[in-house]
Amino acid sequence: MVNFHGWSLPVQYKGLKQEHLACRNGAGIFDVSHMGEFLVAGLGARGFLNYVTTNDLSTLTPGKAQYSLFPNSNGGIVDDLLVYCLSENEFFLVVNASNVQKDFAHLNMLKTQEAHQFKPFELSNRSSDYSQIALQGPLAESILKNAFDLDTSNLKPFCFIETTLASDTNTIVSRTGYTGEDGFEIYSNNVAIGSIWNQLLETGLPVGLEPCGLGARDTLRLEARLPLYGQELGEMTNPYSAGLGWVVKPEKGDFWGKSQIIAGRNDASAKKLVGLAAIERGIFRTGCAVESPTGESIGTVTSGTYSPSLEKTIALAYLPTTHSSIGSEIFVVVRDKKIKAEVVKTPFYKRS
Amino acid sequence: MSIPKNLKYTKEHEWALLSADSVTIGITDHAQNSLGDLVFVELPTSGDSITKGETFGVVESIKAVSDLYAPVTGEVVEVNQEAIDNPSSLNENPYDSGWLLKVKITETDQLNDLMSADDYEAFVSSLS
Repeated sequence: MVNFHGWSLPVQYKGLKQEHLACRNGAGIFDVSHMGEFLVAGLGARGFLNYVTTNDLSTLTPGKAQYSLFPNSNGGIVDDLLVYCLSENEFFLVVNASNVQKDFAHLNMLKTQEAHQFKPFELSNRSSDYSQIALQGPLAESILKNAFDLDTSNLKPFCFIETTLASDTNTIVSRTGYTGEDGFEIYSNNVAIGSIWNQLLETGLPVGLEPCGLGARDTLRLEARLPLYGQELGEMTNPYSAGLGWVVKPEKGDFWGKSQIIAGRNDASAKKLVGLAAIERGIFRTGCAVESPTGESIGTVTSGTYSPSLEKTIALAYLPTTHSSIGSEIFVVVRDKKIKAEVVKTPFYKRS
Repeated sequence: MSIPKNLKYTKEHEWALLSADSVTIGITDHAQNSLGDLVFVELPTSGDSITKGETFGVVESIKAVSDLYAPVTGEVVEVNQEAIDNPSSLNENPYDSGWLLKVKITETDQLNDLMSADDYEAFVSSLS
C-alpha cells in the first residue's frame, strides 16, 4: 500500500504483470475512489464551464461525457478532467485527486471574477461523497451484464447512463476509462460502491477478472499514451505540445487563457510529446535525460516503463521537432549509461 | 518462502554460497517475491571487482529499480548470462538458475559475519 495524495492505495494486488495482462485479455477492476468530483448546476453552469475549459461544451447533451482541460492564464494546464452532462444545466466533473483543492480554488476564483458574464450557478466539491470503480477490459461489458442484468451493448464510448445497481443509490455508469481498453467507470456513494465492487468481483472472478492496483493503472495508461497530470501535463504544459490540440476548440469563442494557448500552438520552437522505444537494453524512468546522437541534451522522460503487453521498454518525452519524427534515433541516459532508443508511433498499444 | 540451509544471507536479501574456489551470489526468494516480476538485470562483467556492502548492480521490476549489495569483496570470475537474458529466472529459481555472479575471494572468513538460514528467517519475520 502507498500513500497517494492522502489516499491509501495498493500498488498491486497479486502482481502488476498479471493484473495488467488480465485487463488487456479479460478484465480488470480498479478502485479509483480517490478521484475528485465537482457538481456545477444552474442556469449559468454551461456557459461558465465552457469558459473555464478548452473543449467545446456548447453541444454536449445529457448522457454524454467529454474529456477536457482547465487552462491557466499562461497557456498551461491546471488539470485534465471529464465533464459529464447530467442535464441541460447540470454537470458532473471528475478531476485528479492530486488537484482537487487547487482546481476548486481555481474555479471559485473564476466564478467570482467572471460572475458578470454568467447567469447564477452553484459549484460544489462532492469528492468525499462519491466513490469510483473502473471496470476495464474486453470482458467488462459481459461482466456488468451478468452482475447487474445491465445491458450496455448500445452504450457508446463517452456516453453514460444513470441507474441503480447494488441498492437504490443513484449510480453513473459511463463507457470511459484510462487503460486503452473498452470498459466502464462507475460512480456511486461510498456505501453502495462497496456492494458494487463485491458483486462485480464475484461475477467476474470465474472468467478471470483481476483487481488491479496503481501499478497496472499506470502501465496500462502509458501503453495507451494517455497522459498523467504531474508527468506529461502541468502548469507549464501547452496542450498542443502534449498532443491535446484535439481538446482545444478556439472556434467555440472566448475562454480563459485562450490567447496564451494559441500563442503556444504557433510557437515553432515548442517541444512535442513523443513516444520512445528502447533499441538497446534498459528501462527508462521518469526524469531520465534524453540526448541527441551527438550528445546534446534535448529533453527528459516524463513517464517510462517496461511494457507488459509489448515486452519492451517504452517512454514518453518532450523533444524538439528536430528529433521528434518517427524513426529518429536518440539516447536515453540511465544511470550514466546511454541507451539507444527511437521515436515511435503512439499509442504504443492499440486494442484490436 | 524458501531459505536453503546451506547458504549465507545479508540484510539486503542477497545469498552467498562458498565453494572450493569461489562464492556464488544471488537474491533471496523473499527478495524476488517482494520485488515482483523482474524484467531487467544489470551486472558487472568478469574481471570487475566488487566490494562487500557496496552496490554491484541493479534489478528492475516493471515499476521499481533496486540496488544489489555485495555480500563479499572479490573479483568477478563468472556472470550468469541467463539471468541477464531472462530476468524472470530470478523469480522462478532465485537459488538455482537465477544466480547472478561467481566471485573469487581471498579471505574466506569474510563470510563469517553473514547470517545463517535460521538468522535470516528470523530477520525476515521481524520485517513484517
